[in-house]
Amino acid sequence: MQIIDLENKSLRELNAKLQAQSSSASQKVWEVLNPKGGHAIATGLNAPIDVTIKGSTGYYLAGMNQLATVRVEGSVGPGVAENMMSGCVIVEGDASQYAGATGNGGLLVVKGNASSRCGISMKGIDIVVFGNIGHMSAFMGQSGNLVVCGSAGDALGDSLYEAKLFVRGSVKSLGADCVKKEMRPEHLIILEELLKKSGSNAKPKEFRRYGSARKLYNFNIDNAY
Amino acid sequence: MCGIVGLFLKDQGLQANLGYFLTSMLITMTERGPDSAGIAIYDSNKSTGVKITIQSEHPDNDFEIIRSRLAVIIDTAVTVVVNDTHAVLGMDMDKVNLARQVIGELCPNVRVMSVGEKIEIYKEVGLPKNVADRFSISTMSGTHGIGHTRMATESAVTTMGAHPFSTGIDQCLVHNGSLSNHNSLRRKLRRAGVVIETENDTEVGAAYISYKMQQGSTLQEALQSSLIDLDGFFTFLVGTKDGFGVVRDPIACKPAIMAETDQYVAFGSEYRALVDLPNIEKATVWEPEPATVYVWKH
Repeated sequence: MQIIDLENKSLRELNAKLQAQSSSASQKVWEVLNPKGGHAIATGLNAPIDVTIKGSTGYYLAGMNQLATVRVEGSVGPGVAENMMSGCVIVEGDASQYAGATGNGGLLVVKGNASSRCGISMKGIDIVVFGNIGHMSAFMGQSGNLVVCGSAGDALGDSLYEAKLFVRGSVKSLGADCVKKEMRPEHLIILEELLKKSGSNAKPKEFRRYGSARKLYNFNIDNAY
Repeated sequence: MCGIVGLFLKDQGLQANLGYFLTSMLITMTERGPDSAGIAIYDSNKSTGVKITIQSEHPDNDFEIIRSRLAVIIDTAVTVVVNDTHAVLGMDMDKVNLARQVIGELCPNVRVMSVGEKIEIYKEVGLPKNVADRFSISTMSGTHGIGHTRMATESAVTTMGAHPFSTGIDQCLVHNGSLSNHNSLRRKLRRAGVVIETENDTEVGAAYISYKMQQGSTLQEALQSSLIDLDGFFTFLVGTKDGFGVVRDPIACKPAIMAETDQYVAFGSEYRALVDLPNIEKATVWEPEPATVYVWKH
């Protein structure tokens, strides 16, 4: 295992070493000490490596991640796993605003709560939050799954495209064009897989599904002047 | 962008270190606001009088005039403690208004930063580290304090455009965000007799809170009504003589994080501003909810 202490190594050195694994992948397991809320830690990774951050981080942890598994033993600031393509990011604590924003793929697991705009403009990422999520989550979500084991804040799924939203607790309010939908067997299967992968004990049948009513993004002649 | 920090001490044993902690927190927020910086510090001394903190671009000249003439003109004892471009004048409460008028006549370019029993405000243009160093903020003690690093959007980079803004006795406010209805609200407040000195949006926010409290609102109530009357983006941290309050607009895109232990309540725009506080790893850490008022008092 490689250990990098940010007390005596710069962020740039850390990220350069981790990013260099994309060509060689010689070191599989990494540990990062003293993150101290720093920004952009472990961003732009592109190799099947395993990185554990020992503490809380700031903005944009594991942004643009591909293939790597990044685990945070703490909480993360805004924009964790932003634009993730593949791989897995696991946050043991809470996540700030816009967790998993614009993600194209991969799995983001937040074991605490996520704040506002979780999964905003998601494009294929799977997000599992063990706790609650804040307002405007999955805004304009295009594809992927957002699973919330707790409750959702105001305006869930506003202007939603085709992302699937699953909430176990209450939903404070639904955003424009987001509606409750039937939970069909294929949805229960998706949920069972995602809950299992993320290590949650929640049962698929406890969730309700929400999705787009498809009235906002399809052309409707009655909306024309 | 802008950075905000705040520290409210529950443990009296930490009071001697308030300036030290705030300085470190402020410098960590440099990237969020490298234009200018400021600190409001509420000291723990039980002095009987009132302090007027003033600022001058020609401190040697202006402060000498004030030192030699103010006390004689207003016929009362005035202490003058010069700290770089700022000076803290101590006097009896009932002489404050007269003193302000006389200062305005003697030295028209001297600006009043704050007035109160406990508050002192130090703010200048420049990197937060340079601003903190020139006033030796790290050596100051107190019960609570708030600080700001500014990245200007709504008005020019000047000393008077820096935060904190003080618009009432022992009150001050720092702001991350931008208000969009500050012009109309400034007109309304001015019609109501409120003095607003700059074209800065944040000063209007501060004046609004002071006005509400002057009308009888508690800090809690004034912050609650700001959610209705202010339009725009804001995370506010508001200091009063005995505590501070926090509110974020309903959209809450301006970041805020808080930490509480038995010893203190701390506020930061980012978690990294808080990482050097004592026992931070054991603190309760959370993000203030949107459109929700939080107040701590001694």
